[in-house]
Amino acid sequence: MHVSALSLTDFRSWAQLDVELTPGPTALVGSNGQGKTNIVEALLYVATLGSHRVSVDAPLVRQGAERAIVRARVERDERTTLVELELNPGKANRARINRGAVPRAREVLGLLRTVLFAPEDLTLVRGDPSARRTFLDDLLVARVPRLAGVRSDYERVLKQRNALLKTAFLAKRSGGGDMRTLDVWDAHLAKTGSELLAARLGLVDDLQPLVEVAYREVSKGQGDVALGYRSSLGEGMPQSQDREVLAAALLSELARVRQNEVERGVSLVGPHRDELVLTLGSMPVKGYASHGESWSVALALRLGSYELLKSDGGEPVLVLDDVFAELDTGRRERLASLVQGAEQVLVTAAVPGDVPEQLMGGRYDVHDGAVVRVR
Amino acid sequence: MYEGAVQDLIDELGRLPGVGPKSAQRIAFHLLAADPADVKRLVTALTEVKDKVRFCRICGNVTEQDECRVCRDPRRDLTAICVVEESKDVVAIEKTREFRGRYHVLGGAISPIEGIGPDDLRVRELMTRLADGTVEELILATDPNLEGEATAAYLARLVKPMGLRVTRLASGLPVGGDLEYADEVTLGRAFEGRRQVDV
Repeated sequence: MHVSALSLTDFRSWAQLDVELTPGPTALVGSNGQGKTNIVEALLYVATLGSHRVSVDAPLVRQGAERAIVRARVERDERTTLVELELNPGKANRARINRGAVPRAREVLGLLRTVLFAPEDLTLVRGDPSARRTFLDDLLVARVPRLAGVRSDYERVLKQRNALLKTAFLAKRSGGGDMRTLDVWDAHLAKTGSELLAARLGLVDDLQPLVEVAYREVSKGQGDVALGYRSSLGEGMPQSQDREVLAAALLSELARVRQNEVERGVSLVGPHRDELVLTLGSMPVKGYASHGESWSVALALRLGSYELLKSDGGEPVLVLDDVFAELDTGRRERLASLVQGAEQVLVTAAVPGDVPEQLMGGRYDVHDGAVVRVR
Repeated sequence: MYEGAVQDLIDELGRLPGVGPKSAQRIAFHLLAADPADVKRLVTALTEVKDKVRFCRICGNVTEQDECRVCRDPRRDLTAICVVEESKDVVAIEKTREFRGRYHVLGGAISPIEGIGPDDLRVRELMTRLADGTVEELILATDPNLEGEATAAYLARLVKPMGLRVTRLASGLPVGGDLEYADEVTLGRAFEGRRQVDV
């Protein structure tokens, strides 16, 4: 698939912007602060209904404006879909598909798929486990949009359960304590948690071989990367990926740690405590890998995601946001040749020299609130 | 900002659920232009609702008397109780004319985030009603969202030792709708709760 037109109204720094895009590689070049990343951010918002830079919508709306509008024309298998999103911070966002309103903005998920490479990807490898969980969950939703609902249900269950544990903790200190409703939230957590867990386990299995191949290509065959899933169930983690087996395991582990949970006032078991473990050879990547190796692993995760989404049908649009400036010459060249055959690649860079020759297809200059096609 | 009384009215209206600042302003100016008799009627209605309306001694539904209309009705089936979150749910179910038993209004759903636990709902009153053994079926009709499901599950566990029949309203496809317009969750639930076709 590719995006043939993108239009922004009051999105970030852009009061109004309309760009026509073509398949193949396209570079957006402009100095820092001109709004290149804002353009690709809008595109990613259409794909994921979220920003990779901020967790709330308010900063996405231009200062002084009430709402922002993003329109993207998506071409897939010779079909054209116009996706329009209206961002209303603090209220529900509205969406239209081919000019028809849809009941929930969530319906647009899956119409556009993207894979983003960004300087922040290094935190995928070096950062907290939460960065890797988010990586997995974002990819899950890109593959199966229905899981967006499971993911948000799980977060809500967790919030409710943690709120209950906190009050239970305080009540216990003052001598009372009501644990009767905790059983109910345990059951909810096991049900939604097992669904999320089963989906993640399946994803890691599918992703592993693709990331392996990508790592070998990016790093020129130095070492082997492996993905592993470490569950908060620990010893109690079943071999099976069956949802009911996983739910039963979660329930029994919750029962085992209950005392501890009540004392600490937080949920200690569930997919929110799990970790995607990355290893290089026999060493964990985090803490042991060099800067270059870490980058190779990060790139391999993104390339693997791209291959996975492509194999599901519906090749994603690749977005490389300021990423080449971070890489050494060898990785830069290899990444460029790996992605140049994709249906659509958008590259942003501060200077033209940061865009590899292979990816210098179309070129736009972003300057002083305008985007001008120069090639 | 308007002067004195007008702004006060807009502020008060704006605190009502579902009324934003723009709507509050529109209602305020509508009232200003309206016939004084109409406004009087609205004022009377507002005062009376606070003075006269109480909660039914038995089920917790809104009523002007000691007991609500459903609980007063001798034709109602005393062996079934339908548990709902709010009085407005009673009205919704009454419209169906499908249910001939009585109700129990909880006054909300379990939600630890908002600090609502079983003790903040009319759960104890429900247990008292079930104690004498007249009731044979308990229908859990809380909302089909996370908090409503949690409340239903909690009640189901609580009354289990009493050995009565506990049912939950089905969730599934809207009648008269098209299958293709149902969202995945609803459609999935409808599959889970599918029934044998009797011929």
